[in-house]
Amino acid sequence: MKFIYYPGCTLKNKAKNFDIDARNCAKILGFELIEVDDFQCCGGVFTTSADEIATKLSAVRALKAAKKAGLPLVTVCSACHNVIKQTDHAMKNDPVFADRVNGYINDGDDYHGETKVYHYLEVLRDITGFDKVKEKVKYPLDMNVGAYYGCLMLRPGAVMETDDPENPQIMEQLIKTLGGRPVDYGMKNECCGGYVTVTDPGFAQKRSKAVYESAKKAGAEIIVTACPLCRYNLTKNGADIPVLYFTQLMAKALIGEKNER
Amino acid sequence: MKDKNELIKEQILYQSGVNVRKCMRCGKCSGTCPGYDEMEYHPHQFVYLVETGDIEPLLKSESLYKCLSCFACVDRCPRGVEPAKIIEAVRLTVIRQQGKNKLTPDDIPAVIDDDIPQQALVSAYRKFTR
Ligand code: SF4
Ligand code: SF4
Repeated sequence: MKFIYYPGCTLKNKAKNFDIDARNCAKILGFELIEVDDFQCCGGVFTTSADEIATKLSAVRALKAAKKAGLPLVTVCSACHNVIKQTDHAMKNDPVFADRVNGYINDGDDYHGETKVYHYLEVLRDITGFDKVKEKVKYPLDMNVGAYYGCLMLRPGAVMETDDPENPQIMEQLIKTLGGRPVDYGMKNECCGGYVTVTDPGFAQKRSKAVYESAKKAGAEIIVTACPLCRYNLTKNGADIPVLYFTQLMAKALIGEKNER
Repeated sequence: MKDKNELIKEQILYQSGVNVRKCMRCGKCSGTCPGYDEMEYHPHQFVYLVETGDIEPLLKSESLYKCLSCFACVDRCPRGVEPAKIIEAVRLTVIRQQGKNKLTPDDIPAVIDDDIPQQALVSAYRKFTR
């Protein structure tokens, strides 16, 4: 199966391993990722204000590229996923917003939410199937893993529809598939502090600490995430266990340690 | 003629799309907010003060920059009020004025380290500048 792939700005730079492992694992699992031509940064966060158009255009362009190719769109970064899903939802359900965006782009091919958007984890669960992933595991993980969702992948739940926002299981399912032991902990769907790390680092530190302490207390030996900002905040703010992208964890199990970067 | 306060209120209600009258003041949004300890005005107070039109104190408050846009208040409000959207609209009212950006290019070098992801900077820019 083929997908239009939107890696986002951070995966081209500070989170290269997140991207490389996503591509390598896709090859092993038999799905093809075709990178969106000349994609622009999604902007990292969705602006909820009704009169904001400009900040949502890059997401619309990615959605339109997939529509044109007649393929679903796939993301790996939680932030890109959130912005693209929320924008898609607005294009589908808010006719005033959609009219203004389509009028602005004005290329004769209006967009009204035709593209199906998947997070990479959803592809594993809903298209490949975790049973098929399991068949490809060469080096089963033998460790306690804390799945860290944060906020962007799950909320708003009515729009994201990735999983139950109060008790998500999709990463736990992946961890089990790879031979690891998921640990459950209270802070797995609470925010790491996000972008206030830029303006108020002390505040971000408190939030991040609450997250990794909660995971450690539950017995996690490592934490996995789908968000470069979560990874940065937890690591920078003193997590003394490794914080990896979920694609790195997959690469460990499917390809082996040699692959680690 | 409408006074300035009423116009600001109308603008905030339009931008956020929130119906503040649905709020039953249960405080659940504030109870679940990870920014609670840092905020002078909490999510339920934003909703209340916008409803009553007492917006001036909110415009001056640092609380505008303590919201993480984590949407916990949005998903957990039993009445579907979406307080985060009110906070965003109030913040935009402020930062869209000349010279009111919370973050300027001069602030950036001090916060950059080797590992900071682009995502952090673009997100902070999007939330704190016009
Ligand atoms: S949770 Fe909803 S109903 Fe309760 S105080 Fe907050 S906004 Fe109002
Ligand atoms: S979106 Fe903002 S106000 Fe709402 S719970 Fe998160 S930090 Fe608090």
